Amino acid sequence: MSRPYAKLPGWIDYGLIPLINLVVAFLVAGLVVLVVGESPIQAAVLMIRGAFGYAEGVGFTLYYATNFMFTGLAVAVAFHGGLFNIGGEGQAYVGGLGVAAVALSLGAILPWWLNLPLAIVLSFAFGALWALIPAYLQARRGSHIVITTIMFNFIAAALMVYLLVGVLKPVGSMAPETRTFDIGGQLPKLKGLFHLLGFNLGGAPLNVSIFVALVAAVLVWLLIWHTRLGYEIRTLGFSPRAARYAGMSETRVIIVTMMISGGLAGLMALNVVMGDQYRLGIDFPQGAGFVGIAVALMGRGHPAGIIPAAILFGMLYQGGAELSFDMPAISRDMIVIIQGLVILFAGALENMFRPAIGAAYQRVRFRASEPTGAPVKEAR
Amino acid sequence: MAEPAIELIGIDKSFGVVRANRSIDLRVERGTIHGIVGENGAGKSTLMSIIYGFYQADSGEIRVGGKKVEIADPNAAITHGIGMVHQHFMLVHNLTVVENVMLGAERSPLLGSGIAKVRAELKRLETDHGLEVDPDAIIEDLSVGRQQRVEILKALYRGADILILDEPTGVLTPSEADHLFAVLKQLRDEGKTIILITHKLREIMAITDTVSVMRQGEMVATRPTAETSVGELAELMVGRRVLLTVEKGQAAPGGPTLSVTNLTVKDSRGVTMVDDVSFTVRAGEIVGIAGVAGNGQSELLEALSGIRSATRGELVLCGREIDPVAENDPAEIRRIGCAHVPEDRHHMGLVLPFEENENAILGYHDDPRFNKGWLLDRDAMRRDARSKIEAYDIRPDNCRLKTVNFSGGNQQKIVLAREMERDPDLLLIGQPTRGVDVGAIEFIHKRIVAMRDAGKAVLLVSVELDEIRALSDRILVMFAGKIVGERGPGASEGELGLLMAGVDGTEAAA
Repeated sequence: MSRPYAKLPGWIDYGLIPLINLVVAFLVAGLVVLVVGESPIQAAVLMIRGAFGYAEGVGFTLYYATNFMFTGLAVAVAFHGGLFNIGGEGQAYVGGLGVAAVALSLGAILPWWLNLPLAIVLSFAFGALWALIPAYLQARRGSHIVITTIMFNFIAAALMVYLLVGVLKPVGSMAPETRTFDIGGQLPKLKGLFHLLGFNLGGAPLNVSIFVALVAAVLVWLLIWHTRLGYEIRTLGFSPRAARYAGMSETRVIIVTMMISGGLAGLMALNVVMGDQYRLGIDFPQGAGFVGIAVALMGRGHPAGIIPAAILFGMLYQGGAELSFDMPAISRDMIVIIQGLVILFAGALENMFRPAIGAAYQRVRFRASEPTGAPVKEAR
Repeated sequence: MAEPAIELIGIDKSFGVVRANRSIDLRVERGTIHGIVGENGAGKSTLMSIIYGFYQADSGEIRVGGKKVEIADPNAAITHGIGMVHQHFMLVHNLTVVENVMLGAERSPLLGSGIAKVRAELKRLETDHGLEVDPDAIIEDLSVGRQQRVEILKALYRGADILILDEPTGVLTPSEADHLFAVLKQLRDEGKTIILITHKLREIMAITDTVSVMRQGEMVATRPTAETSVGELAELMVGRRVLLTVEKGQAAPGGPTLSVTNLTVKDSRGVTMVDDVSFTVRAGEIVGIAGVAGNGQSELLEALSGIRSATRGELVLCGREIDPVAENDPAEIRRIGCAHVPEDRHHMGLVLPFEENENAILGYHDDPRFNKGWLLDRDAMRRDARSKIEAYDIRPDNCRLKTVNFSGGNQQKIVLAREMERDPDLLLIGQPTRGVDVGAIEFIHKRIVAMRDAGKAVLLVSVELDEIRALSDRILVMFAGKIVGERGPGASEGELGLLMAGVDGTEAAA
């Protein structure tokens, strides 16, 4: 007995199906807009214009997309190893400590381009360490990674409140955040670069972290598909028994995979803490760790899919903010609904239309090949 | 002529580009046992799934008792008196026999009346057909043969007149299989119609009245069993002549390559699966381990290959002492010279979503040949995969194709190529031809004998007694974790069958 539906060509699998899912998500979102008495078309125009219609909007969109690239890559790496890392939020949050440690101590001494590599190393290390404990518990004690990483999000939140209210807060300040970093602890914005190209980014917080994110995407691609470790990660992800058979240490692969995943999530802190806010504040990840799950799902765990998925979600964030500003009937919560619909259709229900699309494709193909009378042979 | 029990006319079924069934015609007479044989992927299971309503045919019609019927789902099949016994039993392990038979036919939210009815009905079936089984036994306490009987009872309870059995003897001892055949013959004599799907030609010859052969989605022949032979059926299945016996010369064993002393292995629940086992495998011989599945063979192989820790015992492999109690690294055992073709090809020997060339290095991915510094050397992997594809005639010859798209026989060849081409001193090989088509079986058997003739030690585990007898130079029989006997290659099937069932052969013979 064979597979329920045959393999489809790449352009359908990775292009057409996600597109149809997305269109359906927006159609349903349009119905929601219609119910609250606004024009869906106008809302869509406002949203897209808000995200891509002018340079500053693009700057914001890409700034948000940078966050989602980091967290999306983080979730994807763990996912290849069969591990569902829900803890990106907490790992990013704790990663902020690594960034702050560099920026607070060396911000007045070293220029940003020397602090950046240090901050990369430390934020990665802090995120990785935050993932280490759940990883160890999974590998050695069998505690389910989903449960422990969720719990570690709460622990991270509590820890950070403690640190920001007590230890890290400057004396005399009322705000639960660190002091503003010195100039060496601030990553340059890309305003100047875009200005050379004739665009005015205005106040958009887009900064050099996006290049770090793009490099990270390439490195993740190399890691997963072109290194021995990536081979082991994928083997474990698909079949723990095959990994055992091949002599791979499950404990080692789980721990290393989760640490890389946590590290990538930790890098997200660069963009927000060092690239925009210039201080470590309460709850700066703002849910990006969770959006990373949707981004990774939609991007099919491949960096080439994660980058556009991250930009899409950046658009939803930025365009959604503009939309709720311009259409008072559409509240912030409505934007969350639209984002939720995209996650639902593009992530959770990604296979809903596949059988129908596959059947339609076969029909078209059969009609094309029938006149020759050649029976199509099974690929075996 | 009387109306046939079931008749298929022009059944077509495609899965995407794969045409699993092509204009199949089949006529099964009432009160007969009708065998359907074919290689894996020939479309037997698809055809039966159409009859049982799991799939809908793209075109064609099904007639039951002469009337055209639509079978939209298994419930419709049951309504038309069609019952199915699956290869993998569909029983709830922690429920009793009565509860399992009742499942899906409870009739009311309160179970009382349903249970009483099932009990009465089981009693009647027992007296009518001699299918006795304790109605209050928990399924997991029953032997596999008994569990299968419960499956048959389930179908009969639902009023099945036509009984489809999918590879029913795969999990049975020879004597359990004989019991089953006796039951099937009796059911036939009482007017039931039985469709038997199998790849074991000897069973077809032993029990069926008529046999149909499928090949590549087509029904190529239907014969009265009395007028055909195993040779003809094999030829029809494969489309060419096949050698059914393995040609091999006398073994010339050398010194011991593997010595196992007092090995005891427990499974994760703490149940002793291998119980104080000692044996040796010498260079240049094939030692076969016969036994019904689940008598410790799997755990033995896993302990020998370092996948599972033993609780006690000693191992000497290629002159090196290995502590089987310690947590061993299978990669290390492999380096010493022990290759392992695992029983569970799909979850252990291969990673099905991987490309073929990725699977061709599984377990050897640390080899410098496949690595360039930090990166895997993709070119070297593909070159290596292509040469193995050629040497083992793996089809299709595309090392970039996902492994899941290869047929069972070709998947097994991928594993064999990987493990044999390393020129190991010891080859552990479990179920080498499970789910493998007849043509590939011949090839695999030749390769195993060639390994032996090259002076390698081979430990063969198989539940196919024919395979064990054809290949082995010595046969060990495992029962309940112990080695209960050693026989030469000339041992009769009956003798081995008794040992496999836990009956001491010498006593029985005496």
